[in-house]
Amino acid sequence: MSILRCENLTHIYGKGTPFEHVALDSVSFAMERGEFVALIGHTGSGKSTLIQHLNGLLKPDGGAVYFDEKNIWDEKSDVRKVRFKVGLVFQYPEYQLFEETVGKDIAFGPKNMGLAEDELKERVREAASFVGIDEELLEKSPFELSGGQRRRVAIAGIIAMRPEALILDEPTAGLDPRGRDEILSRIAEYRSNTGSAVLLVTHSMEDAARYAERLVVMNGAHVFMQGTPAEVFSRAEELQSAGLAVPQITRVCMRLRELGVDIDPATYTVEEAVRQLTRLKNGAAGGVPNA
Amino acid sequence: MLRDITLGQYFPGHSPVHRMDPRTKILLTIGYIVVLFIAEGVAAYAAVLVFLGTAMVVSRINPKVAMKGMKPLIFVIVVTAILNLFYTQGDELFSFWIFTITKQGLVTAIFMVVRIILLITGTFLLTYTTSPILLTDGIERLLTPLKRIKVPAHELAMMMTIALRFIPTLIEETDKIMSAQKARGADFESGNIFQRAKALVPLLVPLFISAFRRADELAVAMECRCYRGGEGRTRLRVLRFSRVDAYGAAAFVLLVAAVVLFDLFGIGVIS
Repeated sequence: MSILRCENLTHIYGKGTPFEHVALDSVSFAMERGEFVALIGHTGSGKSTLIQHLNGLLKPDGGAVYFDEKNIWDEKSDVRKVRFKVGLVFQYPEYQLFEETVGKDIAFGPKNMGLAEDELKERVREAASFVGIDEELLEKSPFELSGGQRRRVAIAGIIAMRPEALILDEPTAGLDPRGRDEILSRIAEYRSNTGSAVLLVTHSMEDAARYAERLVVMNGAHVFMQGTPAEVFSRAEELQSAGLAVPQITRVCMRLRELGVDIDPATYTVEEAVRQLTRLKNGAAGGVPNA
Repeated sequence: MLRDITLGQYFPGHSPVHRMDPRTKILLTIGYIVVLFIAEGVAAYAAVLVFLGTAMVVSRINPKVAMKGMKPLIFVIVVTAILNLFYTQGDELFSFWIFTITKQGLVTAIFMVVRIILLITGTFLLTYTTSPILLTDGIERLLTPLKRIKVPAHELAMMMTIALRFIPTLIEETDKIMSAQKARGADFESGNIFQRAKALVPLLVPLFISAFRRADELAVAMECRCYRGGEGRTRLRVLRFSRVDAYGAAAFVLLVAAVVLFDLFGIGVIS
């Protein structure tokens, strides 16, 4: 049973004005419980509009969104509850911090859920440790922290609601490579510990290839393709026509294939490429050209 | 929803009114307001109406659009009309219970409503036909003589330009922060007035912080381009009076003459 599903979702900005713009055009896709999905697409392809429908921030102009197979707009009062179960981390979430202390800010979401004081404390501690924020930082002002720490605090603020699906809109934008790896591996860890589904919106094919089990590619308000990373990256030319690139290692493998090396051109992780090349070298069956 | 603000909006165009020097337009608007308040009687008001109507036609502003800007002010207009209607002493027309309507009250109420509508439409015409940049340019130039008595004309104009420039940005920012806090279960729509005010804290704190950050970044960017105030600064677009300004001024002189004459000789004044 899928945890999140949308059917023929359509959204039009500025409907009935000269500035009318179709941001989503009958988009359908589903996410299973505990699944790690990456949502890819270039700027303006409708990614951000799509994810704001999944927790009921935007109301569809056509089609429907189902959480746990229930239409989230069936009863109006239910929408806010859906927001606690579908955690949405916006782009640059550190700019939404407002409380006096880090701990209080992380507790904002759970507090809106109406939880008791000791439950709040427990959740704050748990969420902070998931994102790697030391307990002594909880008493500090969020504005004393570094940019990377602030972003992790903001993510903790969503995790503390214990969402069953966690959606992150480019959580690594503007971070250095170390901060990026740190955040993504913490999210992967959070998912394996809690069994929460994760939807990662990203520009980076490398990140998508490394962490996601399934990719959804958007282009011009439509779902352009979806499937496992191997399936998607084997259609490199179509991806390029949508203005998207395949991971660098896939490009290397494709070129090797052209040069006559017996390697799978849809290889999308460095580890896998190394494994295949070592096998070729040891077995010497494929005949590696002189290099 | 926050984007539907028409008040003070600019509609680009190339009509003679658009091409008029902003200084002329500002002065004419101020003069127009003064005339509106010295005008008495039907004839004088008709003269003002003709002036405004001509300006509207020449500016090619859609009257429907102009009416739309009036909407938020309907409440004020209605209240003014009611107050004037019931609280003016004079010859009784008819009365019921504690309310009395007098002839003078009726006349004043109608005149007040017409006056407010003419006032609003006239001033809106200025913002409809003048881009914010030109408007502040015009204000700066008009305030220049006051520099002698230490009025920082350039700085005031620059502040206005920046403020206007950042209104859309801040609206967008507000939308974003609101969505982000709603995603954490914030509720901006329900509760009594105190709960609602308290619910604004998670919105206002990040908004202020980001406004200060933007101000800081903007200041650095301006200094990087050697901005150091108005001293010795020249302009890309130099304001020049043209024939349109002469026509505008002439039309205004005619209006003043007509209104003063009508007032002096009491033509069309209802007593």
